Amino acid sequence: MSVEFCGLELVHPIINASGTFDAIAAGRAFGEELIERFPFAAFVSKTVTLQPRQGNPPPRLWELAGGLINSIGLPNQGLRGYLQHDLPELARLPVPLIVNVMGSSRDQVAELVAAFGERAEVAALELNVSCPNVETGLLMGADPAEIAALLDRVRPLTSKPLIVKLTPNATDVPAVARAAQGAGADAVSLINTLRGMALDPRTGRPWLGGVTGGVSGAAVRAVALAQVHAVAQAVEIPIVGMGGVASGADALDLMRAGATLVAVGTESFRDPAAGLRVASELAELAANSAV
Amino acid sequence: MSRSPAPFGRRAAKIVARETLGAYVVIRASDPGGPVPRPGQFYMLQAAERWGGGEGERPFLPRAFSVLRMIGSPPTPELHFLIEDVGPGTNRLCELEAGEELLLVGPLGNGFEAPREGRGALLVGGGVGIAPLAIWQDELDASTPALLGFRDAEHAVGAGLMANASVATDDGSVGHHGLVTDLLEEQLDARGDELEVYACGPPAMLEAVRATCVRHAVPAQLALESGMACGFGACFGCVVPTVDGYVRLCLEGPVLDAERLVGAAAFAGTGAGH
Ligand SMILES: Cc1cc2nc3c(=O)[nH]c(=O)nc-3n(C[C@H](O)[C@H](O)[C@H](O)COP(=O)(O)OP(=O)(O)OC[C@H]3O[C@@H](n4cnc5c(N)ncnc54)[C@H](O)[C@@H]3O)c2cc1C
Ligand SMILES: Cc1cc2nc3c(=O)[nH]c(=O)nc-3n(C[C@H](O)[C@H](O)[C@H](O)COP(=O)(O)O)c2cc1C
Ligand code: FES
Repeated sequence: MSVEFCGLELVHPIINASGTFDAIAAGRAFGEELIERFPFAAFVSKTVTLQPRQGNPPPRLWELAGGLINSIGLPNQGLRGYLQHDLPELARLPVPLIVNVMGSSRDQVAELVAAFGERAEVAALELNVSCPNVETGLLMGADPAEIAALLDRVRPLTSKPLIVKLTPNATDVPAVARAAQGAGADAVSLINTLRGMALDPRTGRPWLGGVTGGVSGAAVRAVALAQVHAVAQAVEIPIVGMGGVASGADALDLMRAGATLVAVGTESFRDPAAGLRVASELAELAANSAV
Repeated sequence: MSRSPAPFGRRAAKIVARETLGAYVVIRASDPGGPVPRPGQFYMLQAAERWGGGEGERPFLPRAFSVLRMIGSPPTPELHFLIEDVGPGTNRLCELEAGEELLLVGPLGNGFEAPREGRGALLVGGGVGIAPLAIWQDELDASTPALLGFRDAEHAVGAGLMANASVATDDGSVGHHGLVTDLLEEQLDARGDELEVYACGPPAMLEAVRATCVRHAVPAQLALESGMACGFGACFGCVVPTVDGYVRLCLEGPVLDAERLVGAAAFAGTGAGH
């Protein structure tokens, strides 16, 4: 089931959702077998920021019926640490590398895009815009004008495919997607996590160190389907669909709603090889039905 | 580092027996083709059927368990796990019967390291935290001393899983009336310079063990717990604070040297633990 996506030839349509699979850590846990049976057709990195981040204080996880709230807080080594330590290792993966970046100003995003834009190891960039612009106070991904201004700034800096990762915590997600397309995005990906919260039953105070967090997993699947469907009506550029995908049938749903690729996130926590399973179930379903 | 890599992905393991042991349950699962774990390593477990629909419509994620021991040898090893029913995940695992299946991933994390030159092991366990110490004693020597603390007589039945054990209970119903760290203090006073401590147990006990060992300048390897979603470094959910900042316990641990831990904070706020 090979597929073309923004000029990349992928062996199947299943990739990972950013921040839900660390190929370097998984290599330590599973050894060479991870590379021999790599579960994704492209590998998407965790969000990289300009400066290193420790992430949020624990606890960082709260389990829900059919899902999870996380307040991880985007820990990463920063641009310099990533270029030095992670990039050389990830370049050895048997699949194309998509680097996910986030900044809290247009200049920061521009610096990240420029730095990765010139690296041969990087096949494409994903912009995580679920973050406020400290200059305007607006969530970059929640406002069409904000997204257009961001892309006007960074689009000229690279010829690599730019994927805009939309936040579901926006009033009008299709309008943001349209603005991204208009300003030169090559693709959009959705959904990121939905804002959620849990209270410690013993104290009545917020459980998560970050107070609120992002909801993912099966619990958000129906939201993802509705948003992918709505965005597909609004844009012509390809869509990476994600949110609660746990089976080939879930992936097929998102593709029927308009996704070209499907990303597996939280399900990898339940089954490290979920990507392989979803891809083979999808291939079987596709062979037996007219997609 | 003491780590045996896991086969990639989750695999089915048939339950061959379940035994009730006082307040605990031991489940035994056959793991054909599975690797030999290092003592201190853990597995992520879920029931193949009916994983979900318990209290709060959970569990959803797999749960982490230290391997209690491995019987038999490859290619047909049998893995044992010691489980205390504290919530929907452990509740479901405790009701699994022979013939039912687990889905497991592992062995994961880093196990214990051999004692430093010139020192012998002293095992210190609290409650269900005795699990990784049992397989470590199996490997070291049955004469390795173990100090084990429990709430009461029903829990202290667990001490039968280990050899050469001195028991303390909170209510005094078995052994020393008081804390296992009282017994540790005695040992370290008498011959601390000959010992390396290996400990696993609830957060308050581990912090007391850490502080006691620091005071006596005795090296200690502590097996910690924290809330885990994945167990293989994917989610960054399981971090604990160390002198090097937050580290993922499932990857750098669960066994950490006491001197890497910054104090009580390492055992607080992690969510899990009982
Ligand atoms: C490396 C490691 C090894 C372990 N080894 C063993 C072992 O050998 N034997 C054993 O019995 N246990 C062991 N544990 C602990 C075991 O993993 C937990 O007891 C288990 O995960 C509890 O799951 P549960 O669904 O039964 O309980 P939960 O309801 O998940 O409760 C466990 C704790 O999690 C918190 N909690 C409650 N609700 C939620 C929620 N919705 N989301 C997140 N957190 C919540 C609370 O602090 C609660 O006390 C180990 C843990 C680790 C990390
Ligand atoms: C633990 C965790 C960490 C995540 N980290 C990131 C991240 O660093 N960058 C990002 O763009 N999205 C991140 N996400 C969001 C996922 O990429 C994905 O959009 C979302 O989880 C929905 O998919 P799922 O339900 O299949 O997990 C994270 C999600 C989880 C659960
Ligand atoms: S449990 Fe997911 S990173 Fe440790």
